Amino acid sequence: MTEPDATGTAPLAVTPLNARHRALGARMVPFAGYDMPVQYADGIMAEHLWVRENAGLFDVSHMGQGFLIGADHATVAAALETLCPADIQALRPGQQRYTQLLGEDGGILDDLMATRSADPAEDGTLMLVVNAAGKEADWAHIAARLPAGVRLMRADHRALLALQGPRAAEVLARHCPEAADMGFMTGIATLFDGIPVHISRSGYTGEDGFEISVRAGKVEAVADALLGEPEVRPIGLGARDSLRLEAGLCLYGHDIDTTTTPVEAALVWSMQKRRREEGGFPGADRIRRELAEGPARVRVGLLPEGRQPAREGTEIQDAEGRKIGIVTSGGFGPSVGGPVAMGYVEPALAVPGTAVQLIVRGKSLPARVAPLPFVPNRYARKPA
Amino acid sequence: MTVKFTKDHEYIRVEGDTAVVGITDYAQAQLGDVVFVELPELGRTVAKGGEAAVVESVKAASEVFAPVSGEVVAVNGALEEAPGTVNEDPLGKGWFVRLRLADPAELDGLMGEDDYKAYVASL
Repeated sequence: MTEPDATGTAPLAVTPLNARHRALGARMVPFAGYDMPVQYADGIMAEHLWVRENAGLFDVSHMGQGFLIGADHATVAAALETLCPADIQALRPGQQRYTQLLGEDGGILDDLMATRSADPAEDGTLMLVVNAAGKEADWAHIAARLPAGVRLMRADHRALLALQGPRAAEVLARHCPEAADMGFMTGIATLFDGIPVHISRSGYTGEDGFEISVRAGKVEAVADALLGEPEVRPIGLGARDSLRLEAGLCLYGHDIDTTTTPVEAALVWSMQKRRREEGGFPGADRIRRELAEGPARVRVGLLPEGRQPAREGTEIQDAEGRKIGIVTSGGFGPSVGGPVAMGYVEPALAVPGTAVQLIVRGKSLPARVAPLPFVPNRYARKPA
Repeated sequence: MTVKFTKDHEYIRVEGDTAVVGITDYAQAQLGDVVFVELPELGRTVAKGGEAAVVESVKAASEVFAPVSGEVVAVNGALEEAPGTVNEDPLGKGWFVRLRLADPAELDGLMGEDDYKAYVASL
């Protein structure tokens, strides 16, 4: 039998919870240069379903955290808007937005979350969270393009936890009462059992949930307090991947990369109207042309018929056998109870219900284009 | 009844001139929840070390290699509807294929149960 997990030989970095993962019975794998838990004893299927029904705790301390700091919000927002297509100026204090770092050709260098500090004393501070694999390059890219008066401060001393699931809010409120009142996609600085934390109401599972940023030395206390709650179980990267795939969320390096634009990736919702109209971000010419004329390809959901999964790299053909695209993420959706995938196809064939064929190990697997997400999002209703 | 094992964590249980092939308990635990099994056509000949089946977990697809050469005389069709049987009972109801052995001498190169246990312990 082939080993499903490739093992690298380079020395791996660890998060502050590495020993805790091992004590919890995690199977550790190399991911983005880190030694990370892919699953615990329950396994991916049970962990995935637990998050959809209860609350799961993820260690995402491998991700890059940093602060962009300037004289005031207008200054720091203008600086980030030269690199990203989201409307950062319009963020109210404590509001969070998903956006992308773009290359000069409009290709996506990475995707990230940006949160305006809720604290008036910190006006001019944006908290950024970028992907683990690209963080060194991201920070270098940002730092090299900042105007005088705006600086990037890495927050490598901070760990990051995600608490996700329909029970997350009630659990977190026991340690941090303010959490229950937070709107979706907002962030605050607060205390968790007396420990200073930054909390945002966001996540990567399609469920309600929170991300908790805390100094590395205090993360074990926060994690242990949450894991001590009966609704909370530790969840590995395997279930994180199946949860985000069912939620229709992109994984950088797979569903989006330097060759895809936000228009192709069906992320137009993350480019607010003012930015789409004004431009002023890298690749604006191409992106605005794609908005006007349509992109050459577009990201869609794919539902294979039957039980066989179609993995990343699978060729997509139309009913006549002509290649129309490629699968960028695919696997088994535990909540869907069957295989799910995402990929890029020609726009004419992106209509939900379109019959396509997926070529898996030389055989044609019938599938249909499907709307995303596969599982309805259940984010907190209270708007930001 | 002889059971032999490969370094890739397949087992082969010889019963007369045919033998049942599956994956070991260690292998199913490494894979995690099995969600799909692709079985070969009846009558196909497989070479020692060649692909006999494909097993897919939530995360990934893995090949199951034939421990010895032979002809596929039966497949475990029940796995198509209940792939999780591979996790629940890998050495019993979770078998993949039955082969008619082309060359029983090929079995000599495989590990016995004690050797396989020692091998797994060393991983």
